[in-house]
Amino acid sequence: MTAIVQITDVAKRYETGFEALKGVDLDIREGEILALLGPNGAGKTTLISTICGISHPTSGTITVAGHDVVKNYRKARALIGLVPQEIALEPFETVWNSVSFTRGLFGKPRDDAYLETILRQLSLWDKKDAQTKELSGGMKRRVLIAKALSHGPRILFLDEPTAGVDVELRKDMWEIVGRLKEDGVTIILTTHYIEEAEAIADRVGVINQGQILLVEDKAALMAQMGRKQLRIALQAPLVQVPESLGAYALEIAPEGDALVYHYDSASDRTGITKLLNDLQAAGLMMTDLKTQESTLEDIFVDLVKETS
Amino acid sequence: MNLQAIRAIYAHEMVRFFRTLMQSFLSPVLSTSLYFVVFGAAIGSRIDQIENVSYGAFIVPGLIMLSVMTQSVSNASFGIYFPKFIGTVYELLSAPVSFLEIVIGYVGAAATKSLFIGIVILVTAHFFVDLDIQHPVAMLAFLVLTCLSFSLFGFIIGIWAGNFEQLQIIPLLIITPLVFLGGSFYSISMLPPIWQTITLFNPVVYLISGFRWSFFGTADVPIFASLLAISAFTALCLAIIWWIFRTGYKIRS
Repeated sequence: MTAIVQITDVAKRYETGFEALKGVDLDIREGEILALLGPNGAGKTTLISTICGISHPTSGTITVAGHDVVKNYRKARALIGLVPQEIALEPFETVWNSVSFTRGLFGKPRDDAYLETILRQLSLWDKKDAQTKELSGGMKRRVLIAKALSHGPRILFLDEPTAGVDVELRKDMWEIVGRLKEDGVTIILTTHYIEEAEAIADRVGVINQGQILLVEDKAALMAQMGRKQLRIALQAPLVQVPESLGAYALEIAPEGDALVYHYDSASDRTGITKLLNDLQAAGLMMTDLKTQESTLEDIFVDLVKETS
Repeated sequence: MNLQAIRAIYAHEMVRFFRTLMQSFLSPVLSTSLYFVVFGAAIGSRIDQIENVSYGAFIVPGLIMLSVMTQSVSNASFGIYFPKFIGTVYELLSAPVSFLEIVIGYVGAAATKSLFIGIVILVTAHFFVDLDIQHPVAMLAFLVLTCLSFSLFGFIIGIWAGNFEQLQIIPLLIITPLVFLGGSFYSISMLPPIWQTITLFNPVVYLISGFRWSFFGTADVPIFASLLAISAFTALCLAIIWWIFRTGYKIRS
């Protein structure tokens, strides 16, 4: 797949000396859903702002479909829709006017039928004449999405679209994102929710302290996550794994009172039944069993800890 | 040139104006009528004529200028400050729009509004006094230029302002005193000599004088000085806006 957004060695330094981005390299592939994970202040929003034109990079280059976002900003920005993190809407403006305004800003001629389609898809059609101040928080967020889609962008940035949103709306949001992907829109979303990335992303990027720590296919990450461990607590501590259990590659826990068995939860045969039988045959008394799996969250937390 | 964007910004701003049409329309009519009652009828009855013009008619150009200048500044400054305040400015910054297009949209809308208010005052004044405008084309040109240049000025204030207090402070502390002391309600020849000299440092004197000349053919300062003043003020505002555009001052980090 070709890269639709190419970010090369982008740094962003503020006048205060704070470095929000430290040499970010990232290729965003056409048609993918990329989830950017990172703690607060990691640089997620700064990265998006720099791509979308809200701030300029201090150094480095960003191209969108080959157009430099600074030198050729008109062509680059015309392809992008942005849903900001904070809800920002003019309170007295109607939904329809607000969405039409954005379309106009992007240089597109009036197209009522197209806007109607978008508003219907986002369940906003019956609210089109309502002033935005009358809407609930979730509805306002939908209006922001409608605005971002009003000019038919090829790339959509969603900056924490589900922060502070109830479960139902979050599911709706995922559905909307899924439909957009089917239409060939490239989607970049930032999120705090690991399960969100797990649920909808094709690739996952982790960013912390202005640096990209990892960008990986979700499938590859899931393969790492698929590994599980079984912890078998024993009545009496062990010094050595009995020879009859050699085939299981068991580890003795540091305190010696438990055995740890690694297995792949995705495979048909995990070997657990056989292991338990053999443990019994070896005369080991078990007091407890516990399974653990490494999640995206563990990987994420480990990565973020390493850098900070 | 992204003409659609200019149209979108202009229309968006005008919608706000029409939403508050009663206020936009009534407030200049009411305040003009009050000025005529207080200055025209009460005080004007004691002041006979100034330069062969009845006092009631004499204050019309000053009244229009007073409203047009303050309205231009407040409309344009609010127009660009409000998106900054509520956060919707992200849209302007991430759209394929140049700064020039943003300026044309916002300043054009603000100037249109104050032009409308100026004309409303002119029409209202007709109900109180007889007006015979000697140079209608020059009158219109002065009016349009004043609307435009003060809207540009207001736009600069809106970009600069970091809070609502700063937004109000320049119109309140600078524009209003300069207009009141700029000969809106008197001829500067009525002042003692020393104050006549000091007044000449007030740029608004030149604008009001030129505008009054277009009505009555008489002026406090030569007409070319008025033309020079309004052109210089417009040029200064354009230069500041160009600088803001170059540096991204207070807009884009």
